[in-house]
Amino acid sequence: MSYIQKPVAHHPALPRNALGLTRRDYEGSMSTLCAGCGHDSITAAIIEACFEMDLPAHRIAKVSGIGCSSKAPTYFLSRSHGFNSVHGRMPSITTGANMANKDLVYIGVSGDGDTASIGLGQFCHAVRRRLNMTYIVMNNGCYGLTKGQFSATNDKASPSKKGEVNPFEGIDLCQMAIQLGAGFVARSFSGDKNQLIPLIKAAISYKGFAFIDVISPCVTFNNHPTSTKSYDYIRAHNMASENPLDFVESKDEITVDYAAGTSASIPMHDGSHLVLHKLGEGHDPRNSSDALMAIRKGAAKGSVVTGLLYVNEEQQDLHDILDTDARPLNTLQTPDLCPGSKALDGINARLR
Amino acid sequence: MSGINDFVVKFATVNGSGSASANTIFAKTLFRMGIPVSAKNIFPSNIQGLPTWYEVRVSEAGYLARREGIDIMVAMNPQSYQDDLKEIVAGGWLIYDSTLPRIWPRDDIKVLGIPIAQMCAGKWKDPRQRQLFKNMVYVGALTALLEIDMEVLKATVSDQLKGKEKLVAANMDAVALGRTYALENFECPLPIKVRTAETAKGKIMVTGNEAGGLGAVYGGATVCAWYPITPSTSLPEGFEKHAKRLRVKDGKRLYSIVQAEDELAAIGVAIGGGWNGARSFTATSGPGISLMSEFLGLAYFAEIPVVLFNIQRGGPSTGMPTRTQQSDITLCAYASHGDTKHVLLFPSNPTECFSMGADAFDLAERLQTPIMVLSDLDIGMNDWVTEPFAWDDKRVYDRGKVLDAKGLDEFKDIKGKDWGRYLDIDGDAIPFRTLPGTHPTKGAFFTRGTSHDEYARYTEDGVIHARVLDRIRRKFDTAATLVPKPEITTRDKSGKVGLIYFGATAPAVREACDYLERDGVRVNACRIKAFPFTKEVIEFCDAHETVFVVEQNRDAQMRALLMTEANIAGTKLVPALNYDGMPMTAAFVRGAVLKTLRPAQAAAE
Repeated sequence: MSYIQKPVAHHPALPRNALGLTRRDYEGSMSTLCAGCGHDSITAAIIEACFEMDLPAHRIAKVSGIGCSSKAPTYFLSRSHGFNSVHGRMPSITTGANMANKDLVYIGVSGDGDTASIGLGQFCHAVRRRLNMTYIVMNNGCYGLTKGQFSATNDKASPSKKGEVNPFEGIDLCQMAIQLGAGFVARSFSGDKNQLIPLIKAAISYKGFAFIDVISPCVTFNNHPTSTKSYDYIRAHNMASENPLDFVESKDEITVDYAAGTSASIPMHDGSHLVLHKLGEGHDPRNSSDALMAIRKGAAKGSVVTGLLYVNEEQQDLHDILDTDARPLNTLQTPDLCPGSKALDGINARLR
Repeated sequence: MSGINDFVVKFATVNGSGSASANTIFAKTLFRMGIPVSAKNIFPSNIQGLPTWYEVRVSEAGYLARREGIDIMVAMNPQSYQDDLKEIVAGGWLIYDSTLPRIWPRDDIKVLGIPIAQMCAGKWKDPRQRQLFKNMVYVGALTALLEIDMEVLKATVSDQLKGKEKLVAANMDAVALGRTYALENFECPLPIKVRTAETAKGKIMVTGNEAGGLGAVYGGATVCAWYPITPSTSLPEGFEKHAKRLRVKDGKRLYSIVQAEDELAAIGVAIGGGWNGARSFTATSGPGISLMSEFLGLAYFAEIPVVLFNIQRGGPSTGMPTRTQQSDITLCAYASHGDTKHVLLFPSNPTECFSMGADAFDLAERLQTPIMVLSDLDIGMNDWVTEPFAWDDKRVYDRGKVLDAKGLDEFKDIKGKDWGRYLDIDGDAIPFRTLPGTHPTKGAFFTRGTSHDEYARYTEDGVIHARVLDRIRRKFDTAATLVPKPEITTRDKSGKVGLIYFGATAPAVREACDYLERDGVRVNACRIKAFPFTKEVIEFCDAHETVFVVEQNRDAQMRALLMTEANIAGTKLVPALNYDGMPMTAAFVRGAVLKTLRPAQAAAE
């Protein structure tokens, strides 16, 4: 049995958020992933972000495909509806769900196999549709559930645990997302919660397609010394300082004094702010060409550039494009939806 | 067979030459004169330059199946002259463009040459106009030969070209050219001609796809995703066209439509919408069903309402994309791996594409499962003369068992048990579902295609797995009580010969049964409207010793379904199969019945 309920009892003095909820209220069932799996850290970061943002869990929908990563939504937000769909098809399910109700927060969780191989087309088109969602890839460079085959994001220079050479170039999902017009693109590391949590919060606050590629080492199949997606490698090559980010929630006032010209504040649609630092030294994430260049320059040195890579301050989402009603479509009932017999008489008359 | 208000005209043209609009005007004019017509567009999978045909059967008696034996052939395409000539019945007429005169190797037909190209060259300077108006010239000649009401024709042209008044005048000039030539050179009218009738009065002329799209509007669909594929494309386009007019409030759309990247995404979007409480659908044709199959299994097992229109075409593989078939019955009934079974509806005409199209959304939400509406190219893309659409304004959508916050709070008090997503409380095998965002603490669950227990929890326990599968199968019994009952036509109360049919073959079967009755063979007929089979279908089979099963596929798929799912003995089910991609004819159905019942007569004919 690979379903384990967590005990519900918890310490009475646990801190509570504005909704009166504890972190435990944002948890899910017990993880059945391998001990030390990066995915569990991302799960913890999602829980922390939602707790700190005071999000009502039932207003979140968590959606996934198939694979180790796609099992993860079971391990967080048990008060949210979840949908573990079919392999590589999370983006289409989320598109339909979002079309039906634009007022929920959509957190999509996928893996590198799920997104960069079988679901590459769906990923591209979800970006293209400017779907208002947070799309998290738990990226470990391998297929865990089928025992460690290379995935399409595995670097060419990164052989398998048994020394097998990876003959193909890896796909960089962040570069793809930027080129396809995603409005918010970030890369992070499962082992860096100080960076990951604000990124997740910012992605959730962003109205439009927010993508986070999280390097998440597979302790069982891809954490060996020659892997470029191991804990050690990422710790040694993480350029996390490239673009430090502050996420300022709407309830907080911006009190820190930033030196002019070295930082920028971007308002989100929910009233929160993204504060970007070190614009002079790093790249300006508001410029997509700069962002691509920064990723490529880092990669050329064998480094992994993490942080907020790109943000488009003015993006329309799918509903803006489709020009839909202010009410969620799934709340409309017969009187709104059915044009009635009189309109039908007119149609019949035109067909005579 | 042929006479006044009873004949077949066939137009043989080149596709992309503008003939479609002229041919439609011709058919619509006769319809507006009150005469039942059926128009079959036989077109290539191509945009320009290949042979295309348009057959118009005129039948005051209301026989609207395709009929072989062409009375008047309008041969405008030298590429297909040879074959077109063969199709004309002895004593029939051939109209052709005699700008390049030609000797025709048949002396049992009358040849009416009209120098169409020459006439158009003299009238118009623009080469495009010269080409385009050729089509209206032959329509003009037919107005004289068939005594078509000119006022009705003019009104039809005006309606067709609404807002383009100049074009109306030019088209009528072309008509006048052809008409004058015919009046001056031929004996008009021909012995077969038209006259104003009453039979088609009150009916409408429409394609099944436009009707299906409109049905989705009336059925309350708010999420549509689709991927272009012939012959289904015009259904979502019909939905959008009508939704644009009927579903906009204060400038904002009360619907959403996305052209997806492929069929996998199209069904995924529809399922996502259904999961989140919107009435959602997609439309596709054969190859699309193959692609959608994985997702259909998910929707079946996770019990998500979704509607799918399958406008069938000739298979297997890419097959004949522009020809008709009923060859996706097995595929749709059992789409996806593992034990799956789906509810199917079989509309027989555009009126039913509308009504079943709307009903499908009620059924999907009531049964929490995919509902597939199986139309085909013949119904979907051809103009049918059919009963007008009707809607009861008192009707309220059946949204099925969806719990709101109050329903979740009161569930245990009312039902005596805790809520479980897949728990059968009412004994009809249909559980209660909840939508995301409903209740802060209750009703959340994990939707999954992996095996789950009654509380939607992942399981690898075989006992639970089998129990859930059994409950979903029982839901099919409930479905059999909700789907439309068959239409049974009894010609002989104690008769032992029955005939089962469905979908687009209905007009051919009705006509064939009339002919058979004249032959002294009275056949009772049962038109299946849905799968699972209702008890009436089974009783019909039981009441007859021989049951012909008429279908347009090679492998007798409906017959197999009757044997497997309704336990009908195969020995009594006689297949009558046509799968050449052309709409069914009455002659074929009659022949198939006679071959079994009166082999000597059939052989002699």
